[in-house]
Amino acid sequence: MKAIQSIGFVLLAVSIFTACKKDNPPKNEDFGTYELSDQMARPAINTVFVSTADKDVFNTTTPSAMASAFGTKFKDRLLALSPGYTTNVLGLTADQFSGVLVTDVLTVSKTGVTTFFDGTNVLTGRALADDVIDTELTLIFGGPAGTSNPGLTSDKVNSNDKAFLSSFPYLATPH
Amino acid sequence: MKGKKLFFSVLALASAVTGGLIYAADHVDSPAVTGSSTDITDVYAFRAQNPDNLVFVGNTQGLLSPMASTTAKFDENTLIEFNIDNNGDAVEDLVIQAIPRNGKMKIFGPYTPANTGTRSTIANDKLSVEVDITKYGESAKTASNKGITAFAGPRDDPFFFDLDQFKKILAGTATSFNNPGTDFFKGTNVLSIILEVPKSMVGGTDKINVWLETKKKM
Repeated sequence: MKAIQSIGFVLLAVSIFTACKKDNPPKNEDFGTYELSDQMARPAINTVFVSTADKDVFNTTTPSAMASAFGTKFKDRLLALSPGYTTNVLGLTADQFSGVLVTDVLTVSKTGVTTFFDGTNVLTGRALADDVIDTELTLIFGGPAGTSNPGLTSDKVNSNDKAFLSSFPYLATPH
Repeated sequence: MKGKKLFFSVLALASAVTGGLIYAADHVDSPAVTGSSTDITDVYAFRAQNPDNLVFVGNTQGLLSPMASTTAKFDENTLIEFNIDNNGDAVEDLVIQAIPRNGKMKIFGPYTPANTGTRSTIANDKLSVEVDITKYGESAKTASNKGITAFAGPRDDPFFFDLDQFKKILAGTATSFNNPGTDFFKGTNVLSIILEVPKSMVGGTDKINVWLETKKKM
């Protein structure tokens, strides 16, 4: 009986295997529907400008809806962080600067240099070596000339702990 | 005086941000996703070595120790989606989607999604390339098809920031950064999706707006 059983099992297994083979290439999978869980564009925006209570809401608000939902809160946070704020080195008022930040998208140039800030180009992308935190700190704390509050405009960590690659996949091997 | 004013405002701010660790750039930024497969750490977009291409980097599951990196996995129920707006309205005109299946990362698009906003589906016929997910300790496995080159797997976290000191400043226990600072992300890894895409495939405009989303299967 046992032998018959195992022959039957083998036959069954073979038929399953054959069925699988017939499906090769597999029929198109229905992947289903996916609901927004987290999002980001510019670094540290949620961290710096969104209150703990709002973080989940911000992460599930599409960029086109962020300005109306969070515009005032971003401006209030900017002025709480940097109460002497007048303009920053880009010449942006609190209204203008918070207005730029609140729609959290990363603008990327297709025609030129891509950098968060390289001394000349501003917000034309984000490259791996860009010191994005110093840029943001300077824009928040540095005043019109970028020189105010010097203890707060750089975290004095200026580069990554591993060298990046010049070719694909660009990021360094893991530790 | 300026410093003092700032100090007090920072104190006021600190009270507004209590109740949670503060991470950056987006690492573990959101209570609902912290420590999960949908937690985004960073997104990068820059000109490739070949100037006709752009590179898109989406990093998730941050602060992985080398040990944790040996078992960290992409989740088959988490869609990782680059959103591209090419007419300035902050609504995605194109998406590039990545989802893992059986040890491979499948990359779809760039293509015009059926719906914009908080819900996504995946159009099977928009599959561009699939690449073996590189395991920890393996050399990088890459694949190219339909103009797109792809990588998926653990990499060094490219982000650097003295996060601890920033938290102290926010908490009012410090008034400035240290020199030199301490890179909080030193020695840690992330799970990366890295794509190199011809500029011609992301629209005809001179600039695009990019953001990264993770979406959970409903």
